[in-house]
Amino acid sequence: MAILCDRNTKLLVQGLGRMGQFHANLSIEYGTQVVAGVHPGKGGQVIEGIPVYETVQQAVAETGANASVIFVPPPGAADAILEAADAGLDLAVCITEGIPALDMLRAKVALADSPMRLVGPNCPGVVTPEQCRIGIFPAQITRPGPVGVVSRSGTLTYEAVDQLSRLGIGQSTCLGIGGDPVVGTNFVDALELFEADPETKAVVMIGEIGGSAEETAAQYIEEKMSKPVAAFIAGQNAPPGKRMGHAGAIIAGGKGKAADKIAALEKAGVAVAISPADIGETLAKHAPGLAG
Amino acid sequence: MNIHEYQAKALLQEYRVAVPPGKVATTPAEAEDAARALGAPVMVVKAQVHAGGRGKAGGIKLAKSTSEVKTLAGEILGMTLRSHQTGPEGKVVRKVYVEAGSEVDRELYLGMLLDRAAEKHAIIASTEGGMDIEEVAASTPEKIQTVHVDPNFGLSGFQVRQIGFGLGLDAGQVKQLDGFLSGLYKLFVEKDASLAEINPLVVTKSGDLIALDAKLNFDDSALYRHPELRKLRDPEEEDPRERAAKEIDLSYVGLDGDIGCMVNGAGLAMATMDMIKVCGGDPANFLDAGGGADQEKIAQAFKLILGDANVKAILVNIFGGIVRCDLIAEGVVAAAKEVGIQVPLVVRLQGTRSAEGQKILSESSLEIIPAETLQDAGEKAVAAARGTGA
Repeated sequence: MAILCDRNTKLLVQGLGRMGQFHANLSIEYGTQVVAGVHPGKGGQVIEGIPVYETVQQAVAETGANASVIFVPPPGAADAILEAADAGLDLAVCITEGIPALDMLRAKVALADSPMRLVGPNCPGVVTPEQCRIGIFPAQITRPGPVGVVSRSGTLTYEAVDQLSRLGIGQSTCLGIGGDPVVGTNFVDALELFEADPETKAVVMIGEIGGSAEETAAQYIEEKMSKPVAAFIAGQNAPPGKRMGHAGAIIAGGKGKAADKIAALEKAGVAVAISPADIGETLAKHAPGLAG
Repeated sequence: MNIHEYQAKALLQEYRVAVPPGKVATTPAEAEDAARALGAPVMVVKAQVHAGGRGKAGGIKLAKSTSEVKTLAGEILGMTLRSHQTGPEGKVVRKVYVEAGSEVDRELYLGMLLDRAAEKHAIIASTEGGMDIEEVAASTPEKIQTVHVDPNFGLSGFQVRQIGFGLGLDAGQVKQLDGFLSGLYKLFVEKDASLAEINPLVVTKSGDLIALDAKLNFDDSALYRHPELRKLRDPEEEDPRERAAKEIDLSYVGLDGDIGCMVNGAGLAMATMDMIKVCGGDPANFLDAGGGADQEKIAQAFKLILGDANVKAILVNIFGGIVRCDLIAEGVVAAAKEVGIQVPLVVRLQGTRSAEGQKILSESSLEIIPAETLQDAGEKAVAAARGTGA
């Protein structure tokens, strides 16, 4: 089971530049079925053993791809997302960092009626351990098991996954939803998927300052979620008005503070780690018996 | 990116949004010339800095003659303006805007931004102009109206009428507001603005609508397609270290602690600051070295961190996904030699090729304090900064 992707996923890569090629290779090594690449101007070539097409539509018709990972640079990234949706894919994961907010806003509104799920942009991707790697995740730190991991950050997700794996706690699926103001899949979407997935027994959620996505997630957890959740919120010591790297990570107008997010999550019965070193331990205490 | 009021008003004018006539000046003599050219009975001399709260801080003054404009410009230019938005160190005023005074009947508030929760553009309007809108929202939320605009459809006439009649404008003024808001929304979209704030939007005694103040922020990610906006950047208004970091594509925010941090990824960088706090220390900065960290970038990052005289120890925390730890380790070794680091250096490498990276560090001649876990890294960095380390 797991969510979003598994060993049956047929992945295509949009944007086979240096980074697209490097990570497509790592995904293949991990056992992912990478069936096609799309890179306008390079159609007909075979790069790193991957057949390349001019359009996503062609690639889908020829290979039956059902998911895409997008490495297209910012000026063309929103267009690439729309192209993936138009070709009828089930899932697009956009890794690209630095897409103009307006482009993403327009794409998100345009996707409202599309059945395709978008993860990202500006995210590390999705890994279902020992089955499928989509994106740039260091998949060797994951291990299969019962915990779903969802995070707004990239490297902090790796930190959390690493802590779990060191405790012998495996993961059903790990996904980064991205640090931009407008993202395809938000915390609530991911939590709904984990709640519905019979293999997921508990969830780790990694939030950060800025916006109100964590507060909305807390409300969902309180009202709808039966599975135990542990969380960490990065940026407890960030000063207001300063953007902390991610376009979305800023305490503005007194909103988006870590303390408010932590309070909302605790009220919803979530076990919140105050130290980033205790994310794994916090879950292990909150939901015993997950290691295996 | 932030711009000055005078630049924002020039842009508004381009989009046919009504603003009072005005001219920018960098010397009292220029201000006097500007006042003469304006020829208005009452003029306002306004400090141009990237911060709000200028009026209360003494940066906005009324003048009734050209000579008074010159005198006031002389007082304001060069002053260090301190408001709740400048921080205690304040901002030096290098430019003033000389503007014709307006006869104000009512002061309203108008804002435009991307509403992250609604995933639409939001126009916010209030009858309580000139006030801090967050205070108004907290104390009298009923005085705030919000209208959401679909970015693929644009602003509709009925939305303008909702806002206008909601603000208590008459039918003629609502027509004026239509031009005003349409122009402002067009500017917002065409220029990739992230925030537009007209506070106050005034109704003059003759019944006209005019933007008395204007604040525009732009989406940094979209600046690549706006060369005309990049020219409006005022480097004097930016923190010199943050500016230097931006030039080499690093994300840096100076803080007031003594442990310098170099981390890959914004989330982990924030978590590293949190870790240092949990261990009883204080971070000197936020620094995200990004996904493409190479030796050159690491050397630059060390220089930035060491440019802060408070730094007593440095913590390098890299979790390799996209970046390879062996390359980072080589970079750290070479950069540390090049820069000549005199403070203790704690390094934690995890993820892609971490074993190779750790080997490179341990075989180098540098005195590097290796750390295994995040907790370990935090404790060692705090101990090192206190001079009780390893």
